[in-house]
Amino acid sequence: MGIAEYLNIIQQLGEGMLATLLIFVLTLVFSMPLGLLVSFGRMSKWAPFGFLISENPLEVKGFHKWLGSFKPIQCLAKIYISVLRGTPLMLQLLVVYFGPYYVFGISLNKSYRFIAVLVGFSINYAAYFAEIYRSGIESIPVGQYEAASVLGYNKYQTFFKIVFPQMVKRILPPVTNEIITLVKDTAMAFVLTYTEMFTVAKQIAAAEKTIIPLFIAGVFYFIFNAIVAYVMEKVEKTLSYYR
Amino acid sequence: MKVLEINHCNKKFGDNEVLKDISLSVSEGQVVSIIGPSGSGKSTLLRCATLLETMDGGDLNYLGDYAAKADESGKSIYGDGNKLRDIKKHFGLVFQNFNLFPHYSVMRNITEPPILIGKRPKDEVFAEAREILAKMGLSDKEDAYPFQLSGGQQQRVSIARALAMKPKILFFDEPTSALDPELTGEILKVIKDLAAEHMTMVIVTHEMSFARDVSNHIIFMDGGVIVEEGAPEEVINHPKQERTKAFLGRFEQ
Repeated sequence: MGIAEYLNIIQQLGEGMLATLLIFVLTLVFSMPLGLLVSFGRMSKWAPFGFLISENPLEVKGFHKWLGSFKPIQCLAKIYISVLRGTPLMLQLLVVYFGPYYVFGISLNKSYRFIAVLVGFSINYAAYFAEIYRSGIESIPVGQYEAASVLGYNKYQTFFKIVFPQMVKRILPPVTNEIITLVKDTAMAFVLTYTEMFTVAKQIAAAEKTIIPLFIAGVFYFIFNAIVAYVMEKVEKTLSYYR
Repeated sequence: MKVLEINHCNKKFGDNEVLKDISLSVSEGQVVSIIGPSGSGKSTLLRCATLLETMDGGDLNYLGDYAAKADESGKSIYGDGNKLRDIKKHFGLVFQNFNLFPHYSVMRNITEPPILIGKRPKDEVFAEAREILAKMGLSDKEDAYPFQLSGGQQQRVSIARALAMKPKILFFDEPTSALDPELTGEILKVIKDLAAEHMTMVIVTHEMSFARDVSNHIIFMDGGVIVEEGAPEEVINHPKQERTKAFLGRFEQ
């Protein structure tokens, strides 16, 4: 292969890279807030039948005890997290893509492919982010809540002014892990034959009978992640002004 | 004028009765110290007074403003969230572990609550915060973050944070227990200065000689009840109850 062919491959992969970048950015935009919502659900203590056990919590037994301590929102969030963490992402992508047709008989046009990729990635990553957020929120000392409470902060002020900023600092390392994993997971969009970089690399490799495109794709991912790691390190540094 | 009144307060954790029919009133300008062994319920009483715990039975009011009122059976009925937040404007609390907000500078720790919660003008709040800091000897620490300060300095900032809300009464929950012995002096001095300015205060403490010097009223608690109370000289130097004598005896050795 000559230099022109290399450049040609790099150019085609570069175009695929844009699609990869789009999936990556949009997945983060959707999954990070969705994860916060799920983590709130996971930490919800709302028990609509709590009155059954509120009088004499130690004397209530059996079904009444179960119903009294039943937390529907927390339960839903737990199911969501366990299903999305417990099944393969690739399978989830296929279900999101083919589900509407096989389950509801709705046929969707080809542009749905992109939406399916985004939905699949976002709901999956939201489950992981939710648990990371929860770990961060639960690590904030109870004294912070008490200080805010005595000063008259309400629930929202306490969360957004006191808890959230401290949580962000604490969860940066695991969030960086997730983001780096996401960069590589975008390759899985190939199962819906959405043409991001990895799909392109495979197509060229098959057509030209060479491993070079796959190698170049690897370099692309590596550089992408080096940039992600660098940026996240900078963010961590800017937040290191307090302990 | 009574700043704080607690009547017939009862509190249980599960089957454990932590407070048994406690009544307490604090008048304007009074400094009350609560002493007693650990597990005696003194911290729980303070947490009930500052609305960090809910009482099972009894009344609680600040300046006649009721946070909780007992119904016919004696059970405490609390006001709603807005009512309680209003009542929180009457008091401040200084914690054993300071509980400063680590992501805020000293200045922001002190000024955010009056601006955000008290809805007071920024300029006024900042000017006042500088005054308080100067009084605490922390003028050069405005821009520092809590982790850069010693324990004694952090505790002074947390006193400043409480004062900036202009409370009618200030509670201290073992304010020197987390400090090295050589740092307790600076905090005790700040509290003495506040007493000299007739700040109304309730102090839970293990510093007996300090309690005697600074307060006009001492309460000795044990097993969830007030065993003995009165003027500092009487309670500390001439206790009448055996349990008080036994407790204070341990400090003299």
